[in-house]
Amino acid sequence: MGYFSDGFQNAVGLLLHMDDATTSAISATLTSTGCALLIALTLGLPVGFLLGYTQFPGKRFCRLISDTLLAFPTVLIGLIVYVFITHRGPLGQYGLLFTIPGMVIGQAILALPIVISWTAQAVENLDSRCRETLLTLGASPVQVALLCIKEIRYDLGMVCVTAFGRVVTEVGVAMMLGGNIRYSTRTMTTAISLETSKGEFAQGIALGLVLLLIAFVINLLMAWFRRKGRLA
Amino acid sequence: MNMLGKSFLGIMLSLSCAVSVQAADTLMMATTTSTQDSGLLEFLNPIFKADTGIDLKWVAVGTGKALEIAKNCDADVLLVHAPAVEKKFVEDGFGIDRRQIMYNDFVIVGPKGDPAKIAGKSTADALKAIYDTKSGFVSRGDKSGTHNAELKLWKASSLTPDKESFYISAGQGMMATLAIAAEKGAYALTDRGTWIKFDNKQGNANPLKIVVEGDTALFNQYSVITTNPKVCPNVKTDLAAKFEDWWVAPETQKKISEYTLEGKQLFFPNAGK
Repeated sequence: MGYFSDGFQNAVGLLLHMDDATTSAISATLTSTGCALLIALTLGLPVGFLLGYTQFPGKRFCRLISDTLLAFPTVLIGLIVYVFITHRGPLGQYGLLFTIPGMVIGQAILALPIVISWTAQAVENLDSRCRETLLTLGASPVQVALLCIKEIRYDLGMVCVTAFGRVVTEVGVAMMLGGNIRYSTRTMTTAISLETSKGEFAQGIALGLVLLLIAFVINLLMAWFRRKGRLA
Repeated sequence: MNMLGKSFLGIMLSLSCAVSVQAADTLMMATTTSTQDSGLLEFLNPIFKADTGIDLKWVAVGTGKALEIAKNCDADVLLVHAPAVEKKFVEDGFGIDRRQIMYNDFVIVGPKGDPAKIAGKSTADALKAIYDTKSGFVSRGDKSGTHNAELKLWKASSLTPDKESFYISAGQGMMATLAIAAEKGAYALTDRGTWIKFDNKQGNANPLKIVVEGDTALFNQYSVITTNPKVCPNVKTDLAAKFEDWWVAPETQKKISEYTLEGKQLFFPNAGK
């Protein structure tokens, strides 16, 4: 049990006097997660909305694929992207392996199915009578679509924080594509992994607690979005 | 969206735009876990930076993966410890300018009770005794330098424990492998640096002890190699040359011998010998 009490003490110490290594790991974590999320939202929100909003042949199959990809193992994403961005790979000339942009690619792929599936789900959960009523009241299709987006705005907030939580806590992609390079691509999770392999369990737990604190803030936001959604 | 939502998005956007700036003189190294986990690299890196002005970045993986990274042109230089595999790597044209820089040694550790009665034996006899008594043995099983060394030792004893039930292939780093050996009351081959750290962490509760050491077969040579620029044009050859010269320089060699862990010297410089 000594590991936990030591770990807790270390965590408090880390938060009080942020050393370079910890600040760098936190900033690498937030930078890569932020960029990955931005890409995933830009691509995923429109696709998810169209997937939930429109009717077309093969729609159910598309949903099935997107839902299956929710279970995409992070190490497999890491491996596939690795093969593409290594210097010998098709995208090798950009030198992306072991850099933050390289990690961002993998993490965006990880977040994309979450954004698409959850957005589509939110649109499908809208009361269908609402759409019919709007149409009978003479709203144009564009107006209907805009009102639907307005209706699910708090669900979209949930989509953001869920995807953020998934990406910020993953270790497979960050380790394979980032390479856990000190002061560069070392994130909170790869740092924990390293401390464990060094046998520095207390330090690993301390970093884990800091990451949990970040997750706690995310969950505060999620609770806030949920309450908003219920009140709206 | 109210203030909170806007400020959240604001934070996300500003983070997204904070793209890190790459220094011009950056050298990418693929190395083995023992040089990082022992703390040697963190000790030497500031000295290297002060001497050469080069920013050294490294990924620490098993020697097998490190060579693979260099084959794919994803690292400029290597610091590894599997001489036979390295020589083949250079012969196959993937690397140039291999220079030996330092050594440390492997030890065989096992349960304090020593069920196979191998304490003080030669490495070959010890492995044979483990094999004959079916005592547990945990292997790294990850193509690392230590794993390569272990395989070589089994081969030298003409034993193939691979399919035997007492032989546990962990597929993990050295520290994790030692933890498994401790839990299972099994033997393992480890580099001395990781062992000292493990022993220190466990204190009196450590169920393992060193049973075989000091055999010449347990010698562990580290070398630096530059990725062949003819195969990988992106290799920073000028920086790589400075890197190699730095490792073999007398001052650096002295620094290596000055690095201690828990009061014990870990690496012994032997450049040019």
